[in-house]
Amino acid sequence: MTLLRLWWEFFKIGLFSVGGGMATLPFLYEMSDRTGWFTYNQIADMLAVSESTPGPIGINMATYTGFTTAGFWGSLVATLGIITPGIIIVLLIVAVLDRFRKNKYVEAAFYGLRPASTGLIAAAGVLVVEIALLNTEAASFPEIFNIKAIALAAVLLVLTRWVKPTKKLHPIVFIAFSAVAGVLIF
Amino acid sequence: MKELLEIFIVAFRVGIMTFGGGYAMLPILQREVVENRNWVTEAEVLDYYAIGQCLPGIIMVNTMIFVGQKRKGKIGGIAAALGTVCPALIIITAIAALLTSFADNEIVKKAFAGIRVCVCVLIFNAVTKLWKSSVIDWKCFAIFAVVAVLSLITSITPVVFVVMSAVLGIVIGSLGVRSE
Repeated sequence: MTLLRLWWEFFKIGLFSVGGGMATLPFLYEMSDRTGWFTYNQIADMLAVSESTPGPIGINMATYTGFTTAGFWGSLVATLGIITPGIIIVLLIVAVLDRFRKNKYVEAAFYGLRPASTGLIAAAGVLVVEIALLNTEAASFPEIFNIKAIALAAVLLVLTRWVKPTKKLHPIVFIAFSAVAGVLIF
Repeated sequence: MKELLEIFIVAFRVGIMTFGGGYAMLPILQREVVENRNWVTEAEVLDYYAIGQCLPGIIMVNTMIFVGQKRKGKIGGIAAALGTVCPALIIITAIAALLTSFADNEIVKKAFAGIRVCVCVLIFNAVTKLWKSSVIDWKCFAIFAVVAVLSLITSITPVVFVVMSAVLGIVIGSLGVRSE
């Protein structure tokens, strides 16, 4: 039963997430709220593992989530679930490829869809900020900020965006760097 | 059968050689299916990629399904999809199995606390990159802001936002046509 549900949940992600790997994030948060299969912390860990291993992020997320939820069969079913809509849609669209690309309704739909997708990912990012940079249990004002984590975030932000030699590096480098930093400073 | 196996293997190679998905796959795909095998043309690969991006689901898998179906019809498309996801299935399952047994280790916990900070920054960078191509005028900004805020403060499923924003895009589009 869990397996069937896993397939269905990831089928929905495959059908409604548009715009690449990160687009699966908001769906995973919602799934966590609804099913309790995994925690917000685990979602952030899954994303880090997905970014550090070969393969599309969305697939890695599905495999990892499936495994945490129901072991090996879970990972298989979740992965098949997330690619099922793509297989159906691509094979249907092949026949009308050119007309699909130039269709003005399709273009208009994407005009609205793209910013909404960005908005959903931004909101998912806020949830990660909450668990990674803040001490939500702390009651009083200054303690709510995890100063060490915020300092690390600032360093990473500078390295990934503004320092020429480092900003082109693969995310796995920054993930490894943060893991070491985490062991040293926390 | 031999051809299907070949499609599966090529898709497997593309899947295993791409880290992080997205643009990283294009050069690998070009080498594997255009230069080495002549299955499709350069222009076709770019078309498939562009459309694969617009379709729901995983961009790399969608693109590979196009390539597979060009080569061997529907069943070729399915072989390509399975080949693309196969490396992830093996690698991630192994990592997940390892991680679950080390999850309570103090050092592993601290490492992941550090990694989560990095994840924040990676998401922020992804959002700013997507921002440039998606928030192109004030109407797009309004959609972005409303969706971001509502999805944070309510428990509405992302499905609703996706469907509503597509409909809204069509409505805005047809109003625009009328005013011309």
